[in-house]
Amino acid sequence: MIPFEYRTPKNLKEVHATLKEFGADAKLISGGTALVIMMKQRLVRPSCLVSLGSVRGLNGIELKNGGVSIGGLATHRSVEGSSLVRRRLPMLAETYHHVATLRIRNVATVGGGLAHADPNQDPPPSLIALGATVKVTSANGSRVVPLDEFFKGYYETILNPDEIITEVMVPKLAANTGAAYIKFLPRTADDYATVSAAAVLTLDKTMKTIADVRIALGSVGETPIHATAAEALLRGQPLKAEAFAEAGEKAKEAVDPVSDFRGSAAYKKDMAGVFVRRALEKALADIRQQAKAKSAPKPAKKKVAKKKGKKK
Amino acid sequence: MNKKIKFRVNGKKAELEVPTNRLLIDCLRYDLGLTGTKEGCSVGVCGACTVLLDGDMITACLTLAVMADGHDITTVEGLAKNGELNPVQKSFIQYGGFQCGICTPGQVVAATALLKENPKPNEEEIKDWMMGNLCRCTGYYKIIESIEKAHQFAK
Repeated sequence: MIPFEYRTPKNLKEVHATLKEFGADAKLISGGTALVIMMKQRLVRPSCLVSLGSVRGLNGIELKNGGVSIGGLATHRSVEGSSLVRRRLPMLAETYHHVATLRIRNVATVGGGLAHADPNQDPPPSLIALGATVKVTSANGSRVVPLDEFFKGYYETILNPDEIITEVMVPKLAANTGAAYIKFLPRTADDYATVSAAAVLTLDKTMKTIADVRIALGSVGETPIHATAAEALLRGQPLKAEAFAEAGEKAKEAVDPVSDFRGSAAYKKDMAGVFVRRALEKALADIRQQAKAKSAPKPAKKKVAKKKGKKK
Repeated sequence: MNKKIKFRVNGKKAELEVPTNRLLIDCLRYDLGLTGTKEGCSVGVCGACTVLLDGDMITACLTLAVMADGHDITTVEGLAKNGELNPVQKSFIQYGGFQCGICTPGQVVAATALLKENPKPNEEEIKDWMMGNLCRCTGYYKIIESIEKAHQFAK
């Protein structure tokens, strides 16, 4: 690593000011699990690191307008362990639980992960399927960007050098909604996926028509991919057995994977179709399970032992 | 560029000036002489460099020394108290989790963090927690068994 200046701003205002001072030569660092590797490999060579370690109040996870607001500095571990996220968005808690290893999740932040913008990451497809937006701020103000417009290429986002992600907002899920995130890991459990797919499916009151659906994929292109054409094929359609496979086929048209040791491009493209179908099936099963749980007679309240994550 | 840092390592105060690009693992091994923590892959995958920061396990090869400023670091050297090994260490010896030794410091530190949250983990919980600590001998059975039985040595 080349030498660099190390700044420790105490609040967001100071962060903004430091970023303004150094411009594109500065990089924000929190957990550092992605950035330090890139610096070791000299892929990035900032002349200044702006530590977020002393900035307070940006790691909260709370209910906001019926949805869930996650601070940019919340760690992966705090999301997977948050009782609010586990209750409202169990699929998102599950997604964060399966990122890398616990050592990484203990320090890697939600905002840092998104800013890193590696198309193989787990959270982006899930967050895109959930319709998340990100709030970014700078000395000049703030803006809110839908996550499916956030990624621009390998490790590239719409973020300007003076901006920081302060919040990720996930809107409230509609009634009769199920969600699923699945990934194909042929090597090890902490590896990047060959392909990953997230689906959020909403049925109408009759439970026979698809009211809404959002589908996103990871590891099969330069960015996470929002499969809008596949969604259009399903939206408003009656629920029938072959519909999910057809959506999978359609999603294949949106992907552009590269061949590597996790699979050939052709194989990944085929698997993208399969995993979209499976994610949709799992989301549907999630809706049915929720409906079943709702209609079942109330069981005695059972306290679930909580081991993952601690309250922060 | 250098920076002064103050932190606690295994309960003792440490105050030193380090280059900003000094990694925590190098600071521990070369500046403080605590060579128990090993460097394996250098990219955060293998877990040989696992240490605790304020009780949470982290990757010392991906952490800058300046990031430890003001925090408590625990390395494998800090697990034994007054010369007595901790339950995980005793169990690793008793049940053969201690093998060639290179991954052992990381395994022991990670397992110690697990037992703090979950004093009697089952096999599945152990695998879920320990998946980031690789054993190049592939001797996982003994490591899992050692962790599963470590509670026997707890007082």
